[in-house]
Amino acid sequence: MSYQYESYDVVVVGAGHAGCEAALACARLSLNTLLFTISMDSIAMMPCNPNIGGTSKGHLVREIDALGGEMGKNIDKTYIQSKMLNTSKGPAVHSLRAQADKQDYSRSMRKILENTEHLTLKQGEVCEILVDNGAVTGVKTYSDAIYPCKAVVLCTGTYLNARCIYGEVSNATGPNGLSAATHLTDSLKNLGIEMYRFKTGTPARIDRRSIDFSKMEEQFGDEKVVPFSFTTDPNRLTKPQVSCWLTYTNETTHEIIRENIDRSPLFSGNIKGTGPRYCPSIEDKVVKFPDKNRHQVFIEPEGNYTNEMYISGMSSSLPEDVQYRMYRSVAGLENAKIVRNAYAIEYDCINPMQLKPSLEFKKIEGLFSGGQFNGSSGYEEAAAQGLIAGINAARKLQGKEPLILDRSEAYIGVLIDDLVTKETHEPYRMMTSRAEYRLLLRQDNADLRLTEKGHEIGLISEERYQAFLIKKKQIEEETLRLENTPIGAAPWVQEILESKGSTPLTSASTLGELLRRPELNYEMLTPLDRERKPLPADVIEQAEINIKYEGYIRRQMHQVEQFKKMERKRIPENLDYDEIPSLRIEARQKLKQIHPESVGQASRISGVSPADISVLLVYLEQMRHR
Amino acid sequence: MRTDTIAAIATGLNHAGISIIRISGSDVDSIMNQIFVTPSGKRGVKEIPGYTARYGYITDGDSVIDEVLVLVMRAPKSYTREDVVEIDCHGGIVVTRKILETVIRHGARPAEPGEFTKRAFLNGRIDLSQAEAVIDIIQSKNEMALKNSVNQLKGSIHKKLKQVRDSILRDTAYIEAALDDPEHISLDGFTEELKERIQGNLHVIDHLIESADNGKLLKEGIQTVILGKPNAGKSSLMNLLAGDEKAIVTEIAGTTRDVLEEMIQIKGISFNVIDTAGIRDTEDTVEKIGVEKARRYAKDADLIIYVADSSVPLDENDDEIIEFIQDKKAIVLLNKSDLAPVVDVDLLTKRTGRTVIKISAVEETGIEDLERTVADMFFHGDLSFNDEIYITNMRQKASLIEAEHSLRQVLDSIENQMPEDFYSIDLMNAYEELGRITGESVDEDLIDTIFREFCMGK
Repeated sequence: MSYQYESYDVVVVGAGHAGCEAALACARLSLNTLLFTISMDSIAMMPCNPNIGGTSKGHLVREIDALGGEMGKNIDKTYIQSKMLNTSKGPAVHSLRAQADKQDYSRSMRKILENTEHLTLKQGEVCEILVDNGAVTGVKTYSDAIYPCKAVVLCTGTYLNARCIYGEVSNATGPNGLSAATHLTDSLKNLGIEMYRFKTGTPARIDRRSIDFSKMEEQFGDEKVVPFSFTTDPNRLTKPQVSCWLTYTNETTHEIIRENIDRSPLFSGNIKGTGPRYCPSIEDKVVKFPDKNRHQVFIEPEGNYTNEMYISGMSSSLPEDVQYRMYRSVAGLENAKIVRNAYAIEYDCINPMQLKPSLEFKKIEGLFSGGQFNGSSGYEEAAAQGLIAGINAARKLQGKEPLILDRSEAYIGVLIDDLVTKETHEPYRMMTSRAEYRLLLRQDNADLRLTEKGHEIGLISEERYQAFLIKKKQIEEETLRLENTPIGAAPWVQEILESKGSTPLTSASTLGELLRRPELNYEMLTPLDRERKPLPADVIEQAEINIKYEGYIRRQMHQVEQFKKMERKRIPENLDYDEIPSLRIEARQKLKQIHPESVGQASRISGVSPADISVLLVYLEQMRHR
Repeated sequence: MRTDTIAAIATGLNHAGISIIRISGSDVDSIMNQIFVTPSGKRGVKEIPGYTARYGYITDGDSVIDEVLVLVMRAPKSYTREDVVEIDCHGGIVVTRKILETVIRHGARPAEPGEFTKRAFLNGRIDLSQAEAVIDIIQSKNEMALKNSVNQLKGSIHKKLKQVRDSILRDTAYIEAALDDPEHISLDGFTEELKERIQGNLHVIDHLIESADNGKLLKEGIQTVILGKPNAGKSSLMNLLAGDEKAIVTEIAGTTRDVLEEMIQIKGISFNVIDTAGIRDTEDTVEKIGVEKARRYAKDADLIIYVADSSVPLDENDDEIIEFIQDKKAIVLLNKSDLAPVVDVDLLTKRTGRTVIKISAVEETGIEDLERTVADMFFHGDLSFNDEIYITNMRQKASLIEAEHSLRQVLDSIENQMPEDFYSIDLMNAYEELGRITGESVDEDLIDTIFREFCMGK
């Protein structure tokens, strides 16, 4: 028999990376928030790779931090190795990645949650979303308890009707053997929500003591660690780091896989869900790229608390006996003892085109969602959506406009716009190539792009905001100073330039001009720059990037202006596309399905042509005058 | 980067005494500064108040293209409510086109179908009751333009474009794969390879731009089909027309073995001349296909040149052709006037009901008569060609130039030792522009290629 429990403003379902951010955002914005988790011991759990960040994902974490989220701070506290990737390339693609101590990460996040005001944690399974008149009224748990609330944020990750599979073994559990959530899907279907079935996978964990590291290449962290959070003092990040190890598969490995490929549930048809192309299983790689005679394998520690090592690059759903032979064929793993088998996991998620860019369901008021439930993959993608969904659930209850970041403002904007606009047929992973304005969306300037917004929302403290304003001013002043400091073609100048391997000046120039030369940098100009005052490293970095890549940045900003024009043209929510003459049928169907919020969003829908957009513009103009 | 300033020929292209080129958008002044000069040497139209005209010259670098009247309308008092300039020139297809091309080279882009009207409407210039008409224009004209651009694009050019696009996409995908998965994919030594491939692609694009200049991208011009029974002298005529020093000629490999096409200019008018297999009843399968093809081309032609052989009697094949040209625009030639005639002008005139021109392809006589007759037909309005095709060609050329510009930008970036991630933006821009020509959008091409071609991910 059901009974009514106390009511909350917001209920968050799931305490993974999305759920944690959503719950913290709501509670910090003073809303009475209840966070459900299937197990109190799985809060902020990392069931797959033991790291945070990586290419483009590192960008997401820094953006989360600039908006006032928790992920960056938490990994800064719990990392055991840190590395800036792509340092030989342009600043736009530099990406931070840190190995985490998994338990430490999870415990540290739990501690934050448990000590946040307005936030209540509860172990239990939510089975039903209660809706009245198209709006959320509460949730019902497995124990038949009803919690009335005004908004719900769904962050169920990979738990809905989850099934873990390897070989012929198939368990109806969530990741790491945790129990799956088996009731909520039906409730969502009853509410008319369209569900997808996706899959992903994870490699085996192997006992460190059974690995021969002498056959592998050691991979070190950076000497100078850059923190994820703009609030972490880089000078405090000096703890000893652990190593990862690199080894390779070989023809024997591939032969073992090929011989047993018919026993893989992926190929036998036992797995029906769609997997991410970015995280292919090792059997996928071997089948799709038969010409490659080896694949990289990274051996990464799961934490300081354990001997378990994560075998990155070899996720699999082959039977256990094949897994043993396959892993043991790899150099250094000849005597490997598998602690946990590799497996694939299938789960229910939604077609995210049912969401508005605010991450609220179009059809159900007050129902928000984030994370893998929305068809994405990855901890960082999840956290980013969780944060936005949480912020927007709070803002809705506060009667404020939703926070919507556009594609020119943040990777988070690209992520969400892609999810709600473009058809996803696989778990969506962030990639730098998805961001068309990436020269502007750098990890180093995430604070400059988003702190203002975080402050306005109420998740950035006044103190942090004031420090940010000072930094911003210093960058502007230093950029201007460099651009305007003249440098004559005097002999002493020529001498210094020559000593730095640069060509002499033919006429008077400026420090800015010199900085644009590919062979020179800020540091090298020190002897020429007599009025230079000491400045923080992050200020210097920004001024230098501003000047060095000025031409490219200006071009992108021009593109952004054009882009914004179309983003600003709003489409009324109730627009009847059947009323618009001359729209092509395909375009009409897509527009009716997605109901884009702006002409810009409409133009990104596949199947909507530029001519359709022109027609739409003319029609909107006509409506405006009626 | 795509500009917001658009240009188009506002008058018909065919036989106007005066032609008007219209430009609209914020770059009007900067464009006119580069290409317009008054007799007293003042450049541009910035000083000219709205609704006044100035006399002067359109120049391209040092050379004068035409003397013109320029009418300036300042925003919002113009058709589009933007700054608008109209250039009135003396007409004539060649000059009018040259002016439009000059305008485009200096910062405008060819207007999309219905774009002036669209702007006028969106800027509140046109009565709202006309909205539906505007919408219809946009959609129908765009469909036509797309059809033109895809259908009229020659097979060989389509293939070249595809090769260049594929090459650009693959290179971009490689760079992007390496950026997204730096621990698996290395860019060491890639820049040198890329540079070489870009240079190769630029070479192809430059060649395509040249083809566009000569109207050879599309089957532009008056579709002219030469008909006649075998051995009547069709091919000799073709060679003669093509080989004439007045004609600009590049041979285009025909899409089929049995039909040869050439673009020929006669008195500034473009003709796409198609030499066909001789029409006759035949049992030979291969030849039969050729003859069928000839019939089909002839059906769609704007103009037929019927070549009769004066040295042998008219037969049933001539009968078929004569019957066929009854309701077509046609010119009748009596070839082999150098040989003893079996068929004379009177007989052929009587049979065809047309004026007959005597020529000798061997002795190269009568060709001037033919050219004059054709030009007269055109200027009297008896013949016309499809404006849309020319305009489509113009747009395609603008895309080629934009793509070329983007690829050169990549070479600049390489020259300036910029990191590889800076190349992608311009590479993808070139890819997108080339896609406009074939009517293909970009969508998920890059991501799909990354995953298809390169093994990446954890």
